[in-house]
Amino acid sequence: MESLEQIRDRLLARFPGATVTLVTNPGVAAEHSLLLDAAHGAELALFLRDDPALQLDYCSNATGVDWPDKEITDVKKTTVPDPAGGAPKVVEEKTKHVEPGCLEAVYHLYSMALRHGPVVIRLRTANRSDQVKLPSLTPVWRSCDFQEREIYDLYGIVFEGHRDLRRLLMWEEFKDHPMRKDYVDPDDYEWEPTPHAAVLERAKAHYPVPPAATPPEAPKP
Amino acid sequence: MSELPSTPLPAPFPAAGNITDADREELRRHGILMTSLEELYNWGRSNSIWPLQFGLACCAIEMIAAATARFDIARFGAEIFRPSPRQADLMIVSGTVTKKMAPQVVRLWNQMPEPKYCIAMGACAISGGPFKQGYNVLKGVDRFIPVDIYIPGCPPRPEALLHGLMELQKQIKREHLTGADAARHTRPEVPSEFPIPAYGAHDLEPTMNPAVWKPAPPLPRSGKA
Repeated sequence: MESLEQIRDRLLARFPGATVTLVTNPGVAAEHSLLLDAAHGAELALFLRDDPALQLDYCSNATGVDWPDKEITDVKKTTVPDPAGGAPKVVEEKTKHVEPGCLEAVYHLYSMALRHGPVVIRLRTANRSDQVKLPSLTPVWRSCDFQEREIYDLYGIVFEGHRDLRRLLMWEEFKDHPMRKDYVDPDDYEWEPTPHAAVLERAKAHYPVPPAATPPEAPKP
Repeated sequence: MSELPSTPLPAPFPAAGNITDADREELRRHGILMTSLEELYNWGRSNSIWPLQFGLACCAIEMIAAATARFDIARFGAEIFRPSPRQADLMIVSGTVTKKMAPQVVRLWNQMPEPKYCIAMGACAISGGPFKQGYNVLKGVDRFIPVDIYIPGCPPRPEALLHGLMELQKQIKREHLTGADAARHTRPEVPSEFPIPAYGAHDLEPTMNPAVWKPAPPLPRSGKA
């Protein structure tokens, strides 16, 4: 199978308007992936499936990733010359900016016909709050059906073009997306016989307020 | 091998008149059986407990194993797993009760006719077990329905389920038909149906039935945190 760089170059040559980025994985597994642009996601996926050299006809796994907003501190160093003629001073200026997070869908593709893979592709939403739409790849790979429903349920990515986008695990009336990093689970820690660690912290909120310490009564003569 | 902890068998019920147990035994040796209606009724009920046929998780595999020839729950008259709650006497909650499943479990319990009994089988059904900290697992089925027998284990072996069933039989044999301490099903004022929780936006609503389950006072520990 050709390398991810070659696949990326072929995609860019075939779809000049699209953006395809190689996301490298610095870990030992070195499982690099291709970040596709969401607007062209469906066409790019179709190309990957139907290209005779790739024939990635099988999507084994689709999952989600939550990238929360990140606060980044920039340190800007400026050298100020000392007017008295001494050594120049280095002034550090710290500014903070918030790098907006996003939601990501990850697909693992294999070729049954050519027996190669996996090729990992990613799609990212614009943000985590109101622009959470991605093109559904279920029309391309049928096996994404339930997995995209699960991503919708647990991460809140809305897949456009999915034929039956309902919650899969939680009930319809449920409002939250439990796999998001900022999810707060319901507080039902009112009875914990052997609390420890994080459970102890949650259970303490349910403990009765200890009675105020009263001074011991003076012994009666 | 040490004996399993076990409750004592109930004392035989006094038969009518001034006949002592020794006299009863003497009569039985001559082929005359004396008993009371209560004793006969409880004997029949405790030896034909039909469980509801449903399983929720891996504990159900052990429950199925208890029904096979090796463990043979039929020895206790409880082999007839009924597919309808209308025909069942016993609900074995065998496994994790997720919050999505909880309303259905309560509904099945409501559909069972009295007298009915509930066994919470395994750590999950008792308290949520290893999934206790999960957002989607009910922390014990006793938050919504009354439980008669708790069987600890993860999962409990079939022998443990049989032990629980034997304890339930003893419990049934101790029940009275009349009097101040009459069995639950003979008293119309005791509820046999319980409110079914609704699916809420973040959790079940309500999260528990305070008429059934009251959290024990917490045990704040001093010293080690």
